[in-house]
Amino acid sequence: MIAAIRALLRFRALVRSLVSRELKARYRGSVLGFLWSFVNPLLVLLTYTLVFTVILPNRQEDIQPYFLFLFCGILPWTWFQASLAESSGVIIASGNLIKKVLFPAEVLPAVTVLANLAHFLLGLPILLAFLLWKGRLAWTAVLLPLPILVQLVLTLGLALFLSALTVHFRDIQNILTHVLHLWFFATPVIYSYAAIPEGSPLRQALRLNPMTHVMVTYQQVLFHGNVDHWRGLFLAFLVGVLAFAAGAFLFDRLRDTLPEEV
Amino acid sequence: MTAPAIVARDVAKLYRRYAHRNQFRTLKSALLTGSVLSDLRPEETFTALEGVSFEVPRGATFGVIGENGSGKSTLLKLVAGITRPTRGSLSVDGRVSALIELGAGFHPEISGRENVSINGIMLGLTRREVERRFDAIVDFAELREFIDAPVKTYSSGMYMRLGFAVAIHVDPEVLLIDEVLAVGDEAFTRKCLDKIAEFHRRGKTILFVTHSLGLVEKMCDDVLWLRHGRTADRGDPKRVVDAYLTYVAAGEEALLQAQPATTAALATTPDEPAPQAAPGEPAPATGYRPGRWGGREIEIRAVRLLDARGRERRVFVPGETVTLALSVRAREPVTDFVFGVGLYSADGSCVYGTNTDIEGFVPRRAEGEAEVRLALEGLSLVEGTYLLDLAAHRRDGTPYDYLRGLHSFRVKSRVKDVGLYRPLHRWSFSGGADITPPEPRGELDLGEETGA
Repeated sequence: MIAAIRALLRFRALVRSLVSRELKARYRGSVLGFLWSFVNPLLVLLTYTLVFTVILPNRQEDIQPYFLFLFCGILPWTWFQASLAESSGVIIASGNLIKKVLFPAEVLPAVTVLANLAHFLLGLPILLAFLLWKGRLAWTAVLLPLPILVQLVLTLGLALFLSALTVHFRDIQNILTHVLHLWFFATPVIYSYAAIPEGSPLRQALRLNPMTHVMVTYQQVLFHGNVDHWRGLFLAFLVGVLAFAAGAFLFDRLRDTLPEEV
Repeated sequence: MTAPAIVARDVAKLYRRYAHRNQFRTLKSALLTGSVLSDLRPEETFTALEGVSFEVPRGATFGVIGENGSGKSTLLKLVAGITRPTRGSLSVDGRVSALIELGAGFHPEISGRENVSINGIMLGLTRREVERRFDAIVDFAELREFIDAPVKTYSSGMYMRLGFAVAIHVDPEVLLIDEVLAVGDEAFTRKCLDKIAEFHRRGKTILFVTHSLGLVEKMCDDVLWLRHGRTADRGDPKRVVDAYLTYVAAGEEALLQAQPATTAALATTPDEPAPQAAPGEPAPATGYRPGRWGGREIEIRAVRLLDARGRERRVFVPGETVTLALSVRAREPVTDFVFGVGLYSADGSCVYGTNTDIEGFVPRRAEGEAEVRLALEGLSLVEGTYLLDLAAHRRDGTPYDYLRGLHSFRVKSRVKDVGLYRPLHRWSFSGGADITPPEPRGELDLGEETGA
C-alpha cells in the first residue's frame, strides 16, 4: 500500500496533466463547455426534487427544505458513482497505452477518481451558495475536507480493485451498474438516516455500508450544522484504508498480466 | 563506451492462456468457488521467447529480424519494460524511448499542443523539459499551423508525425524502434531515418525491429535473427540477413512442394480446367486459367524442375540453370507430335514460349515411356512466381495433353529489379560520373542449403 501511494506521488505530474486533460476533454465541443460541471448537478437535483417534492413528497421535518438536503448527498454520491463506473473500464479503454508504452497503469484509475473529484469540487460552490441563500450555512462547513478525504481513500481503493479485476472479468462492468444503483438506495442520500429507528434491522444493515457514514457526515456538516457522527466516519475511514490496501495489493498482483490481457 | 547498454541473459517469455476462459467461467462462479486469484494462474502457456541472450554495447545499432510471430515485438516490449521476462534477466542502462506505436495515448478531443505536453510527460519528461523542447517537436512534425487544432482532425500522417516527433525528442539513451517506419510517406520516412542516423552519430544505442532487411544491412552493427522465439543466428548483418533470406526461400520451397498439383496427383487429374490457381499463388489475370485438356495419346505423367546438380527444387535464383524434365508416355506409337513449354508471370503475361516445332525439330516416332528435358541456362528472370504451360500436341495444334499453369516455380533475388525478364547486363561509367559500385556479393546460394 505504501508502494502504491509512493507510485502515485512519483507520477503526480503525469496524474495532474491527465486529470486536467480529462477535464478539458470531457466537455470539449459542447456549447456550454465547462458550465456543464455546474449544470449537471443542478439537473440531477431538479429531477430528484421533482420526484420527492411533487410525486412522492417527503415531509420529514428534520430534512426540510428537502431539495437542499438532497443536494448535500447527491453531489458526493455522483462523484462516488461516476468514479467507480468509469474506473472499471478505464484500463481496457486505455489498452493502447498499457500495451505499447511504458506506462504506470495505476495512474489510470487514480486519474478517473481525481477528475471526478474535480467535478465534485466545481459543483460545491453552487451547493454552498444555496445553503447561504437558505441561511443554512454553518461553521461546520469547514469540516468538509474530512468526509471528502475518507471518501477519496475509499473510492481510490475500490477503483484500483475494480479496474484491475475488470480486465480479467469483463462481466464486472455490467454488474457494476446495478450494484451501484442498489448501493445508492442503500445509502441515506434521498432519505434521512436519523429517521430510521435505532436498533431496527434496516439501520443495522445501513451501518455496514461505509458510504452511509460518509454521507451522514456530509449532511451533518453542511445541512444540519452539528456533527456527532465521528465514530461512524472513523470506521468508514478504516474500511477505506482497508479497501485501498486490498485494491493496491490486487492491482500489484495483476499488474504484469494487464498488458497481456487488455 | 564501456558497459553495455542492453544486456539480456537467457531471457524467456511465456504468455499465459487461461483455459477457464474457454469454458465460459464467469466472475460469479469464480467468486462462488472462492478461486478468483487461483483462476488467474495460467493453465497453459505459450512460449514467445526462450533462451535469448545478447548484449548491445553503448552506441551500437542492433537489429532484430525474423518472420511474423517469431517474438521480435515481444523482445522489444521486454526491453522497453512494458512486460517482464518470465525467466532470465534483462537490464537496460539509460532512459528508454520506445517507438512501438506512434501517438499511443493521444487524446483525440484535445489540441496537438496539449497532447504533446501530456505525451512528453507520459514518456518520462518533466513539464519543463517538454516546454523547452516544444518548438523543436512542432517543427520536426511540421505541424505549426495545426498545433492548436484537436488531434481528431489530423490526418493519420500528421498523427504519426507528431507521435514520432514527441518520442524522438524525449532524447533517450536507448531508442527502440518497431517497424514504425513502414508507414508514412516517403519524405517523412526519410526524415525519420535521418533523425535515427543522427542518434547513431551522437552515440545513442538503437534497437531496431524490422522486416526491411536492406535497412538492417545498412544501419545495424549487429543482427539477431529470431526463429520461433529462439536465437537462430546472430552477428554480422550481411551474413545473418543472407542466412535468413535463404531460410525464407527454403520455406517457400517447401510450400510450393506441398501444393496439390504435384506430379503424383497429376496422372489421375480429370480433363477439367482447375477452378483456380493453386493456393498460395497470386491469382492470374483473367484469360489465363490453369487447367488440363487433350486426348492423352501422349500423356505427361510427371514434371520435375531440376537445378544444375539434378536436384528437384521449386525456388531458384537468377543465373542458375533450370531443367524442366517431363516424363511422358505414348499410349500407342505416334508420329505427329510437338513438345512445348510456356512461361508465364504470376499475372498471366507470357514471358516466353517455345516448342520443338517452332525450333525446327522434326518428329519421327514416339512410343512408350520417354523423358523430355528443356534446360533454361542462366535463368534470366526477376524475382517472382512463374507458372508453366507444358504441352504435347500435333503440329496443327490439336492437344494430346496440355497442362496450363499447374506447375510453378519461384525466383528469389537479392536485387529487386523489375520487369518481365532480366537481360544479362553490366553498368559502366566514365568521365565525371563518380559512383561507388555495390559490394560484389553474388546471389543467394539456395543450392547449398535447400537441396535434398
